[in-house]
Amino acid sequence: MTTATAAAGAHEAHEHTHYTSTGLDNKKIAIWAFIGSECMLFGSLISTYLVYKGRSVAGPFPHEAWTSPTGQVFKPILDIPVTSASTFVLLMSSLFMVLALAAVENKGKPGYEGTLGSSKFWLFATALAGATFLGFQAYEFTSFVHEGLTIRTNLFGSSFFTLTGFHGTHVAVGVLWLMTLLFIDMKRGLGPKDAILVDICALYWHFVDVVWIVIFALVYLIK
Amino acid sequence: MASSAASPTHAHAASHASEQSGLWSWLTTVDHKRIGILYLYTALFYLLVGGLEATLIRTQLAKPNLSIVSAEFYNQLFTMHGTTMVFLVIMPLSAAFFNYLIPLQIGARDVAFPRLNAFSYWVYALGGLFITLPIFWGLAPNGGWFGYAPLSGPTYSGGYNMDFWVIGLQVLGISSLAAAFNFITTIINMRAPGMTLMRMPMFTWMSFVVQFLVILAFPVITAALFFLQFDRFFGTHFYEVAAGGDPLLWQHLFWVFGHPEVYILILPAFGLVSEVLPTHSRKPLFGYNVMVYSGAMIGFLGFGVWAHHMFSVGMGPVADSIFSLATMLIGIPTGVKIFNWIATMYGGSLRFPTSMKFAIGLIAMFTIGGISGVMHSSPPSDLQQTDTYFIVAHFHYVLYGGAMMGIFAGIYHYFPKMTGRLMSETLGSWQFWLNFIGLNLTFFPMHFSGMLGMPRRIYTYDAGQGWDLFNMMSTVGTYMLLVAGLIFAYNFFRSKKHGEVAGSDPWGAPTLEWSIPSPPPEYNFAQIPEVTSRYPMWDLKAPDRTAGIEHSHPDAEVIAEAHAVPVHEETERGTAKELGIPIPFSTIKPFLVALGIIILFSGLIVLHLGNFPLAMATMLGGGAFMVGSLYAWLTSPLE
Repeated sequence: MTTATAAAGAHEAHEHTHYTSTGLDNKKIAIWAFIGSECMLFGSLISTYLVYKGRSVAGPFPHEAWTSPTGQVFKPILDIPVTSASTFVLLMSSLFMVLALAAVENKGKPGYEGTLGSSKFWLFATALAGATFLGFQAYEFTSFVHEGLTIRTNLFGSSFFTLTGFHGTHVAVGVLWLMTLLFIDMKRGLGPKDAILVDICALYWHFVDVVWIVIFALVYLIK
Repeated sequence: MASSAASPTHAHAASHASEQSGLWSWLTTVDHKRIGILYLYTALFYLLVGGLEATLIRTQLAKPNLSIVSAEFYNQLFTMHGTTMVFLVIMPLSAAFFNYLIPLQIGARDVAFPRLNAFSYWVYALGGLFITLPIFWGLAPNGGWFGYAPLSGPTYSGGYNMDFWVIGLQVLGISSLAAAFNFITTIINMRAPGMTLMRMPMFTWMSFVVQFLVILAFPVITAALFFLQFDRFFGTHFYEVAAGGDPLLWQHLFWVFGHPEVYILILPAFGLVSEVLPTHSRKPLFGYNVMVYSGAMIGFLGFGVWAHHMFSVGMGPVADSIFSLATMLIGIPTGVKIFNWIATMYGGSLRFPTSMKFAIGLIAMFTIGGISGVMHSSPPSDLQQTDTYFIVAHFHYVLYGGAMMGIFAGIYHYFPKMTGRLMSETLGSWQFWLNFIGLNLTFFPMHFSGMLGMPRRIYTYDAGQGWDLFNMMSTVGTYMLLVAGLIFAYNFFRSKKHGEVAGSDPWGAPTLEWSIPSPPPEYNFAQIPEVTSRYPMWDLKAPDRTAGIEHSHPDAEVIAEAHAVPVHEETERGTAKELGIPIPFSTIKPFLVALGIIILFSGLIVLHLGNFPLAMATMLGGGAFMVGSLYAWLTSPLE
């Protein structure tokens, strides 16, 4: 017990002596650089979608019905009410994420415990909301395929599935990351000292949400 | 709580030690200096590969109507020559210097994320093999180094060749991005007390600009390559004109990446000569601040000029004018740098070791390439020159005459720091002059063959078009460059063993990396230095040179927090353990993650072979291996 405490003490002392030029943790700077880079990735994917909007030589189309040369009628593909629901869930997840970070940062502080719920609960809620969004997306993709739109069908299919698929992959990575944090929290408890681990995950998660707002507006809402 | 993270310290203590040797120690190293050396050796190997490809190209073109290689193999040669030199030689040679020098120049003990650094190298090493090895089966990429779609798409390049290109480049992009996040964080956050941004050595500054170019430019080609992969492997239509796809989409995305890439290649070389010139002029760099601003300006404007690669597609007068104007504007900050280097030498007390010869060579040769660049920034002029050997002449003057000259200057300058020994000046002089004459003999005649209408990338040509003499000159020049390269290789390996012992500061250079022993110990600085000016070593050794520049002491609290001491010549040779300096553990995990990525992507080749179950197994297996190794990495302690 004594040795463990001593080791823990040495470990903490070592962490406190880590000098950085800005006073910020390295991870925080790296995640911002990463997000800057991701902006260019999604910028390219979204631009390509917009450039190709209305250029498919054959349907089905996002917002208009289409009758194929063989006389088959296709409905407009995008289902705005359903996607609005999944968008709402994803936006709520950002709120849960904020609460999860606040719970970790304030853990053990007098007067905080129990006022806003535990970090485990909010991490779980965030991951669950992300997983729900992915469930909606799986449903959406499946129903589009049943309606006759695959990634191979036309330019719309190629650019739509690629753009939203990349976003979905990012959400999936985020859910995995959240579940990893939840696992650590359950195993050894996350406290103010580990807040940076949750902080960088939160930045990533909010970024992925913001990207979805842009995609939802540009792809779904604007006709 | 924290004890679980701290306890493995003892178990791993034995695996420290960079004095270890053998293959395993190189596979597992996370020391930025050793990773820098890995980058250096690997990139020099690929320089030989790319140089041999160039030699074969020039041999085929020596005379009209030769058929020394087949036309199909010739396509592979010019594609791989470009791809190799850009992605496997110049970028990694720059990365070798980023790795080796940035922490030393800013007074840090390592980069921000040592294991991520090892990961970057292994992704590069494995990705390089992935894209290079197929040439032995005649399957090397054959669609040009900028892989124009739809030509590189499934309709016109249905074989496996371009599969290797599109996957290989994607993988190499991961390496560059990971390294860039690492270096941005390192430079922002790991500077020694007093090392303000405007005191950073110019090489670190130019590297800093380059990392921003990498993180903003590479995602664009990542997206473009994903589209191409999806077209090739999953039947999408991004570049299929018949489905309504735009044949210019690839060109725009590629060059939004491709033009910043040009500055990614040249700015590190600019940084290196900005270290060499003041050292051997024994005089501070002229106009330091303006050099920083013009480097940043080049980076910024570099994102607004991509369509000058596309004047011939007919974008219309408005787009042509804007991109032409922006391109000419870049001439200004670039010209500022040229004049500042010249002004640095003006009135200096000059010495001419090999590194200085190469640095001056860069100034002269890059200027020629820069001026021909301004020539084709004008669309009417460009329409005459595009896709001719004139363009080949232009970019070889900036990339060989510029980037490679700068990198050679850097190698001669920093070889003593890396190895503790000096390279031979006699052999260096031979190499420089052969290089200088050889490159002019190779590339200057290309201006003429280009102006006479000789197109790029042709397999052979008929006599009587006025091209024969110029082509023969270029070929002779190429063989001179090959000889120069062999002299360099001999000098490099001979000097490593038998060179004159260098000491910590053989050149009387001004910056922090020269305050520590050569080669530096694994912890770099036994004590973190407290920096009070831009030229700390000259403050110690030649204070008259630095009298005119700004000096100040950093905050006492900051010095205390970092346990910093005034800059002094370190002679400490104790091990990290003896000095109580924590050193990151060696680990194989970054290598394993890189391996997982390669296996994952290789599944796409299997998919193209038509074996769907095996492709799925490869991709899922590779992906699981990657994720598993990543978790093992992230859950093990750093130091």
